[in-house]
Amino acid sequence: MTELDIAGRVVELVRRLAGPDAQAEAVVTRADLALTRFANSFIHQNVAESGVAVRLRMHVDGRTAAGSGSLVDADGLRALVERTLAAARLCPPDPAWPGLTPPSPVPSGAVFDEATAYAEPDERAARVRAFVDAVGGLEAAGYCRTAYRSGAFANSAGHSAQGRTAEAAMDGIARTGGSDGVARHCADRLADLDGAALGTRAAAKARAAVDPVELPPGRYEVVLEPAAVADLLQNFSWYGFNGKRYAERQSFAEPGTAQFDPAVTLVDDPLHGSTLPYDVEGAVRRALTLVDAGITAGVAHDRRSGAEAGTGSTGHGMPGASTFGPMPRNLRLLPATGGDLAAGDLGTAGTTGGVGAVADPDTAALVAGVERGLLVSDFWYTRVLDPKRLVITGLTRNGVWLVEDGVPTRPVRDFRFTESYPRALGPGAVLGVGQRPARMPDRTDGVWWEAPPLRLAAWNFTGGASG
Amino acid sequence: MTEFDAATAAVQAALDAGARYADARVMHRRYESMSARNGDIEELLQDESIGLGVRALVGSSWGFHAVPELSDAAAREAGRRAARTAAASGRVSGPPIDLVPVEATTASWASGCEVDPLGVPLSDKGDLLVRATGTIREHGADLAEGLYQIWDTAKWFVSSEGHRIDQRIRECGGGISATSIGDGETQRRSYPSYRGQYGTTGWELVTSLDLAAHAARIAEESRALLTAPACPAGELDLILGSEQLALQIHESVGHAIELDRILGWEAAFAGTSWLDLAQLGSLRYGSDLMTVTIDPTIPGALGSFGFDDEGSPAVKRDAVREGRWVGVLAGRDSAAVAGLDYGGSVRADGWARLPMVRMTNVGLEPGPHTLDEIIAATDDGVLMDVNRSWSIDDKRLNFQFGCEIGWEVKKGRRGRMLRNPTYTGIGPLFWRSMDMLSSEVVPWGTPNCGKGQPGQIGHTGHPAAPARFRNVRVGVRA
Repeated sequence: MTELDIAGRVVELVRRLAGPDAQAEAVVTRADLALTRFANSFIHQNVAESGVAVRLRMHVDGRTAAGSGSLVDADGLRALVERTLAAARLCPPDPAWPGLTPPSPVPSGAVFDEATAYAEPDERAARVRAFVDAVGGLEAAGYCRTAYRSGAFANSAGHSAQGRTAEAAMDGIARTGGSDGVARHCADRLADLDGAALGTRAAAKARAAVDPVELPPGRYEVVLEPAAVADLLQNFSWYGFNGKRYAERQSFAEPGTAQFDPAVTLVDDPLHGSTLPYDVEGAVRRALTLVDAGITAGVAHDRRSGAEAGTGSTGHGMPGASTFGPMPRNLRLLPATGGDLAAGDLGTAGTTGGVGAVADPDTAALVAGVERGLLVSDFWYTRVLDPKRLVITGLTRNGVWLVEDGVPTRPVRDFRFTESYPRALGPGAVLGVGQRPARMPDRTDGVWWEAPPLRLAAWNFTGGASG
Repeated sequence: MTEFDAATAAVQAALDAGARYADARVMHRRYESMSARNGDIEELLQDESIGLGVRALVGSSWGFHAVPELSDAAAREAGRRAARTAAASGRVSGPPIDLVPVEATTASWASGCEVDPLGVPLSDKGDLLVRATGTIREHGADLAEGLYQIWDTAKWFVSSEGHRIDQRIRECGGGISATSIGDGETQRRSYPSYRGQYGTTGWELVTSLDLAAHAARIAEESRALLTAPACPAGELDLILGSEQLALQIHESVGHAIELDRILGWEAAFAGTSWLDLAQLGSLRYGSDLMTVTIDPTIPGALGSFGFDDEGSPAVKRDAVREGRWVGVLAGRDSAAVAGLDYGGSVRADGWARLPMVRMTNVGLEPGPHTLDEIIAATDDGVLMDVNRSWSIDDKRLNFQFGCEIGWEVKKGRRGRMLRNPTYTGIGPLFWRSMDMLSSEVVPWGTPNCGKGQPGQIGHTGHPAAPARFRNVRVGVRA
């Protein structure tokens, strides 16, 4: 039975058990997920799972309930419908029910790679082998993963959609003398993951990070590499461009206002990568501009928050959105245009005391303009102190370097920071945006953050590694 | 075909495919959660999931495969694929792996439960949240939220060494929160804690919380916090309430003593640990008042079980004894690598996840004081409680935590309310500064401990009591 068959069967069961006026939508997703994990330079965990999930939402007699399960035989589907129907009848009226997505064409997803979808454990292990070999005797740790999802949507309004998606990602560190260097990449094709290149990059950065000095906390000019910028995008997604938090006045977002530097344009662009082309409500997923040249342009909505806002859905329905809110989860910080970086040209930025600290010409170009500041590879364990101003505390990780006169001169011990993310990217605060974005994987497949490196006027470091 | 039959078939298939050890877990989990907002039910979720996960050891390499069906064919295929995956791991193999011995056991175990939480009518559970969140709104908060969650998990474990164990663990809990929104900032108060209190109990836990009775208070406190003075910045004596201390234990002790972190197995993601096995038994972790146990036998605590997911029986152990580091959270393979003789702290988040080292109940033994005595003995300090934010480095040393509420403590008295209280420090220095500890221990439950790749959510318990720490840096802000 295909996913669309199962979804159609669930909708039909609802009609039979709850009557012809019941509204129902069903999402069925099969997934084959595999992750090969390594540490201390050997594979220590290697997992794969095959799964199927059915999610049902129904609106009956003015009341709404949702249920889900992994049982797709006749008894399992019937039990799912019966318990969701029983729950709906006990729920209070739902006057804000936004209705079902009407029938509309859903284009197929942008790209799909069969070889990635059906990758064997040997293929992941081969990339790990290449990474470990490339670090040249340093300790290596990380993962290589592949994900395949095939799904379908159907509702009682006659709308349906289906699609499939595959993704691969690799994330690894090299370690030496208490210092780590990182390299990570998310791609639509496993073939695009180069374990050796990633290992080489991680090892160079780790070696450049040995024997760090401790600097006093304070406000420093910074160049953030894409892994660090990804953390900004993730927190903007959760707390800023989330339609529910916006409606609750818990977001900083003020559409129409110049809240960011003119160099900042943010677009949620799921079709830029492999993806299922519909959300959990069957709405078409498409690009949504959130910040246009510094001016906040909008926030993400599902059908419910979109109805409240009067804008309609932006295709961001997701499981748990009633509680956590709809979020943009394929965010791109658009790169600067017009420059001309030669591949492999590191300029002067990577050639002195911080050899290996700068791993690409894009970052090198930004670092070259810094008189005194810090180059930051990655952020870690960031948490919100004040959601309205999006004040975040967290730590640097996987390499920090002091930059003097355009050159990384010394590795620096990790800092704790406490910073308002919108303020850090506010008008006049962005001194440079790189030209080559890198796609960073999220903890969940299908979610990614794409950004070039960023040069910012100030970042508020509030503590050193030793307190 | 029974669940035990499916698990046995998977294990046998893995052995037939070349594994020298294999184990399998069948899990059937029912989950229910309900959230309310501003006096209305916001969302009701019900999920049911069943499947099988099998782990195979080929040479010195592990493989794991999980499937959502329990047929004989599916179970055998899962076993074969686990072995094949383990063989692939051999392309980048490590040192030889042993497993510390665990007696092969046939056993059944169930957590205590007076009132089946899934049996309580939805209307009753909904009324509870609607009433509490309605009261919060009536008392001035802009946003009133309530939540309960229920997990009912049955699992069947079989190993190639002869284990045959079934368990049924029922967990539930809930809580409420009030958020007030001011000019440019928000303030939240929660009861009984951030995200609520949870345990391996029945619905009687939620009933005992009496959520509605605390709704008006947290609403008024969240509103009052908007105009309260900010927490002062500087070095002061810090008194933590038990809920916040539970989080402190979780982050700066629980994760630090996970043996997989100490061995570097989590280096690229969750991180490592500042602890060095060479110092086990001698390292000064905290003051003499600090005795932390690993105890999955506490009735009703969220990290309790009869057997872990490797078949090791629940046993109470010391992690820190009178300030000295003496124990770790371990699994059978990590313990063997470390030269220890015990595992017992390995769990999997559902049938589709690999069992890994997780906290059970990691908490403080009671101290000799009371909170009132601690306040009375403090000349100039800040009392903070209920976690609002948490951040700690990848070695579990440098932390910064924020709480929902603080109070000035002057000359032995609790004074005015303080907003945005935060504190920061270095784990062992902080714990060594603990000079007063209350006897008022509460076994706080944390239902959201993230770890592993793919991600797993662990349920952990943390007995904790109010305590005082000297000369702590407080009041960090942007």
